[in-house]
Amino acid sequence: MLTELLNNVNNDIAKGMFEAAGAVVLCAGVVLLCRRFSVHVERETAISIARGLVQMVFVGIVLAALLHGSLLIGAMILLAMTFAAAVTASRRAKGIRDSLALSFYAIAAGAGVVIAGMLAMGALTTDIAVLVPVGSMIIANAMNACAQSIERFRADVTAHIGYIEAGLALGALPAVAAAPYFESAVYASLLPRLDMLKSLGLVWIPGVMAGMVVSGASPVYAGIYQFVIVAMILAASGITGLVATLLMRRRSFSAAAQLTLRPSIEKPDSAAKA
Amino acid sequence: MARVPVRRDHDLQELMDQMTPSAPVTAAAGLETEHLTRAVLDKTLVSDISVQVRPGEILAIVGPSGAGKSSFLRLLNRLDEPTVGTVRLNGQDYRELPAQDLRRRVGMVMQRAYLFPGTVAANVAFGPQQQGERLSREQIVALLERVGLPGYRERDVSNLSGGEAQRVSLARTLANVPVGLLLDEPTSALDEASSRAIEELLLGVVRERQMVCAIVTHNTEQARRIADRTMIIEKGKLVAIGPTEQVLDAH
Repeated sequence: MLTELLNNVNNDIAKGMFEAAGAVVLCAGVVLLCRRFSVHVERETAISIARGLVQMVFVGIVLAALLHGSLLIGAMILLAMTFAAAVTASRRAKGIRDSLALSFYAIAAGAGVVIAGMLAMGALTTDIAVLVPVGSMIIANAMNACAQSIERFRADVTAHIGYIEAGLALGALPAVAAAPYFESAVYASLLPRLDMLKSLGLVWIPGVMAGMVVSGASPVYAGIYQFVIVAMILAASGITGLVATLLMRRRSFSAAAQLTLRPSIEKPDSAAKA
Repeated sequence: MARVPVRRDHDLQELMDQMTPSAPVTAAAGLETEHLTRAVLDKTLVSDISVQVRPGEILAIVGPSGAGKSSFLRLLNRLDEPTVGTVRLNGQDYRELPAQDLRRRVGMVMQRAYLFPGTVAANVAFGPQQQGERLSREQIVALLERVGLPGYRERDVSNLSGGEAQRVSLARTLANVPVGLLLDEPTSALDEASSRAIEELLLGVVRERQMVCAIVTHNTEQARRIADRTMIIEKGKLVAIGPTEQVLDAH
C-alpha cells in the first residue's frame, strides 16, 4: 500500500504541483487586482490557499489509504460522519431533550436505509473509495434535512401555540393538533432536494457526473448515475425529515398531552396566553 | 352524572346547605381543586389553591396582571401539569382520566378564538370528530343558532368579526357537550356590545346545561354581572373567595 502511495506521489506530484502553482498565480493576480482598488485580502488569501492545499493533500493521502481499507473501515467512517452530522444538526434543537440522539436516529435512519438500498440494488459497491464519498453526500444531505425539519417544526409550533392548545382543549390528540406543522416540517426537509432534482442538468451539473466524465465514463451513464444519487438523496432526506419530525413531535408533548415546547422559559400568565 | 338541582334564582348557599352528607355523589359533583400548585423553575405560578365549583355556578377568577389567573385555569383543563395537588371532576381525580376525555368534558374558551382555517361548520364539528362522531347538519345549525349565528354554517372563518369568532369558539366547545366550561378572558378583545352579548350567552348556556363554569376576567364589573362567586388571586395565591358582591366590595 505504502509503495503504491509513494509511486502515486512520484508519478503525479510534479504534475499536481505545477497545476497548483498555476492556480496560485491566478489567485495572486486577483489579489493584486483587489489591491489596486484598495481591497486588502493578501494575508487572508495566502492563509486560505496554504490551508486548502495542505488539507487537500491530506485528504488525498487518506483516500489513497482508504482504497485498500475493508468494508468495516468504510462503515466505521460513515458512522463517524453520521455522528458528526448529528452533532451539527442537534444545534438547531437546543432545549429539546436528547436532541443529539434525535438527530442521530433521524440521520442514521435516512442515510442507512438509502445506502443499504443502493448496495442491494447494486447502485453502490462496497468498494470503499466509492462507498465513503457517495455515503458522505447522502449523510450531508440527511443532516441538512434533519436540521431543516427540526427548525421548521420548532418555529411553526412555537408560533401557533394557541391553535395547538385550542385543538388539545377540544380533545384532539397531539398528532392531530400539531398535524399542519408536522406536514410543513417534513415538506421543508424535502423542498430543497425536490428543487435540486428539478434543476438537475438545467441549472447545475453535480460533481459526481463531472468527475465521472472527466475520468472517461460515458456521459449518458454518468448522467443517469447522477440522477440515481440525487434521487437517493431525496429519499434519504424524506426518511430523515419524517423521523426527525416524528421524534420532535413526541418530545414536544408530555404523556398527558400537554404542549411542552415553548419559545423560551415560561413566564407567569404570559406563557399561558402565548 | 348526578345533577344538582341548582337554579340561579335560588340562593346558592341555601342550595348547598340542602345537600346532605348522605349523598356523596351529589356532594362531589362539580370541579374541585385540592392544594393545586404549579411551579416552573423557581417561580410559583399557582400556590396551594383549594376551591370547588358546583354545577350551574359561575366562578369568576380575578386579580392583577400576572397573578396566576390563567395559569390556574390552564391547570383545570390540564393544559399544564400541577406540581402539587390535583383536580377532581365529579369526585374523580382528573389524572385517572385520559387527557382527551377530560378536555372534552371540561371545555375551554381562550382569550382569542383560535379558529382553524376553513368553514364555521368544520370548526364546530372538530371536537366530536376527534371521538369519531359526525355532527349532523341540523346539530351544527342548532349550535350556531344557540350562539346567535344563524346562517353562518358555510362562512369562512377568515371573514368573521372578533365577536363572531368568539361565538364560533364557544359553539365549537359546546359541541363536545362538556359538563364544565373554562373561559380565559373571552371578551377582553371585544367591544362593549359584543362583550355583553357573549355574557348573556354564557349565562344562558350555563343555566340551561347546568355546567360548572370558571371565568378569568380582569373586569370586575363583568364579574359582578355574571358570577355567582368570585375568587381573587394575587401572586399565585388565593386571597379571597365568596359571593361576588361581598368579595369585590371588600377588596
